[in-house]
Amino acid sequence: MWAILSILVENKPGILFKVTHLFRARDFNIDSISVGVTDNPEYSKMTITTYGDEKQIDQIVKQLDKMIDTVKVERLDEHKTVYRELSIFKIKLSNANDSMEINKLTNAYGGKVHDVKKDSIMVELTATPDQIKAFEELAKPFGIIDVARTGVAALQRSGAE
Amino acid sequence: MNNMENMIGAKALMTAMEKEGVKEVFGLPGGANLPMYDEFARCNIRHILARHEQSAAHMADGFGRVSRKPGVCFATSGPGATNILTGIATAQADSAPMVAITGQVPTPMIGKDAFQESDIIGMANPVVKYAFQPRHASEIPEVVKKGFFIAETGRPGPVLIDIPKDVQQNESEMVFPDEFKIQGYHPWADPDIVAVEKAIDMLMHAQKPVILAGGGTIISSAFAELQAVAEALMLPVVTTFKGKGAFPENHPLCLGPIGMHGHAEANKIMSEADCVLAIGTRFSDRSVGTFEEFEKNLKIIHMDVDPAEIGKNQTAQLAVVGDVQMNLRIMVKLLLQKAIKKTEETPWVKHVKETKSYWQENLKLHPGEMGAAKLLRKLREILPKESIITTEVGQHQMWASLFYDVIQPGTFFSSTGLGTMGWGFPAAIGAKVAKPDVPVVDIAGDGSFAMTENSLATAVLEDIPVIVFVMNNFTLGMVAQWQRTFYDRRMIGVDQGKYCPDYVKLAESYGAQGIRAESMDELDKAVRDALSSDVATVIDIPIDPEEDVLPFVAPGTSLKDMILPS
Ligand SMILES: Cc1ncc(C[n+]2csc(CCOP(=O)(O)OP(=O)(O)O)c2C)c(N)n1
Repeated sequence: MWAILSILVENKPGILFKVTHLFRARDFNIDSISVGVTDNPEYSKMTITTYGDEKQIDQIVKQLDKMIDTVKVERLDEHKTVYRELSIFKIKLSNANDSMEINKLTNAYGGKVHDVKKDSIMVELTATPDQIKAFEELAKPFGIIDVARTGVAALQRSGAE
Repeated sequence: MNNMENMIGAKALMTAMEKEGVKEVFGLPGGANLPMYDEFARCNIRHILARHEQSAAHMADGFGRVSRKPGVCFATSGPGATNILTGIATAQADSAPMVAITGQVPTPMIGKDAFQESDIIGMANPVVKYAFQPRHASEIPEVVKKGFFIAETGRPGPVLIDIPKDVQQNESEMVFPDEFKIQGYHPWADPDIVAVEKAIDMLMHAQKPVILAGGGTIISSAFAELQAVAEALMLPVVTTFKGKGAFPENHPLCLGPIGMHGHAEANKIMSEADCVLAIGTRFSDRSVGTFEEFEKNLKIIHMDVDPAEIGKNQTAQLAVVGDVQMNLRIMVKLLLQKAIKKTEETPWVKHVKETKSYWQENLKLHPGEMGAAKLLRKLREILPKESIITTEVGQHQMWASLFYDVIQPGTFFSSTGLGTMGWGFPAAIGAKVAKPDVPVVDIAGDGSFAMTENSLATAVLEDIPVIVFVMNNFTLGMVAQWQRTFYDRRMIGVDQGKYCPDYVKLAESYGAQGIRAESMDELDKAVRDALSSDVATVIDIPIDPEEDVLPFVAPGTSLKDMILPS
């Protein structure tokens, strides 16, 4: 099972280390992680996605909650949450048609094209991890030169608390 | 803003500790903590010099477990700080309240691989409850206040305060706060009356209910409440090893510790039970064997102060989160209100009592005069019931679990979580500082004692007369037992014989009393002499190197599969 955890932490040096170390020490795996300061500079928000069974995820939440630097730990329901990840793909262009095809594909996924060169093109895509994966599958035949992904950022929809 | 004063960081540290009621600390100085050490000359805190930082931490740990206030230890930066880590990790594994204070290189040198610099915050983080590194002298009063609070509240644990040398030396306007806020720390959960009611219901409806009392019962001093609940509902009580002595071990309902080296009767009854009230326990693998097997056909009611323990190792049908003493108190109250008091002996209780007497009568013991059981029963017979026991780690520890009955709850302490050899003797010194008026005895093996025997210097010079009861098999006995049992008698790295010092002479060379006891009469006299002595005493008791600890639950098996003496 995939889970999205939203963790509000004190914005102090070393916190990222402590949180990620907790995952390592307790033998849990991090699927993706993103961190940024909140509107209040005293806090940062981490979004961590992870896999596990119900019991394991319950345990991760409890262990995170126990940490003194975590102010609030929430497991977000993916159906009641807006969650997105930014990814950048560098894709190979082998013939004249490729560029047009990739442009179409990118539009279909709501992405943006950057840095079009003779033999490569860059695509920026902000989407759910599933959509990014689907895009990746479709882009594969062209030849993916490189990818960078940020990890998920997530917020619960209003009224879903 | 009261209590405002100008002073240097080191002085602020001492003042803040005095405000916390600290009277004694254990430590060893070095360059990076000298400004703090200099302040000992001008404050009312007694510094007790350890001979190794690991021992300083164990002393603080022993002090903390007995007084239930954080024990304090000091080390310098670099090697001092790394030496103290084993002591910190030991306290963490057993939820002992501790504040460890290390010196650090000056702030401008941090990260430069300076002389005696180590990233102790990074190293210690996984084994502390919390770690601080104040970067300005003015932070010290609040850091100390928070540190002590975190160490002793909720599930207790060690807190590290790493103070750079310039922060110790700099002068600042100090505010000693009365109040402070730690946003993400919630050490108290309200008692859960509804859950407690359900628990009573489950226990009343069970056919074969048991109480499993863990170390949390001792940490929260829930002794009277535990006894009241057990007696009202006629529940047999088993403990974990860490919970040993949470319930008087001479009580008819007490079966002693379960687990790898538990009592046969306790393991039997635990594996027959259909419902367990588990109090303040993390269900360690050493206590319950394989997790899946343990929870089969067993309804678990789990009471614990730490919500993260619920469901970590065992699935609970009912969780009662919060301080166990508070929740048990509510249970006692509800039982009184509902006028629940079982007086008829149920078939289950009858069976429990029969099982207990069967195993107590039929346990095969070592035939020799100086067999482990006999030694420990002798010790029990002579020691006043309020005496405090610490142990080292090994066979002697498990024999103590089996054969030394704790009568006054909360007087038995051991390194059960990390299993640290060398813990018992310095911890005994700390315990004696916390309670100078009761006898304190470290039950030791020769191997473990060898790890921190230099604490004899501390015991003698600082006038802390503890007793070390060395069950000397001239070998790393527990490892030897595993090699005999699981490795076809290939005995590698266990024989201490040739290198074992003469412990009588060793004690004497430190100015302590050393006594060798080779017969029961000699032992009797030795213990009595030690009790009346005002200097630390080492009693060296040669025993059979081949004696095994039995019964034994092999690792990876269940309590049902206990190996019995043949
Ligand atoms: C610091 C440390 N090192 C190694 C061990 C592994 N170990 C567990 S028991 C034991 C032997 C203990 O020997 P001794 O103290 O003589 O006690 P005995 O078993 O002989 O009673 C060892 C080496 C340990 N628990 N702690």
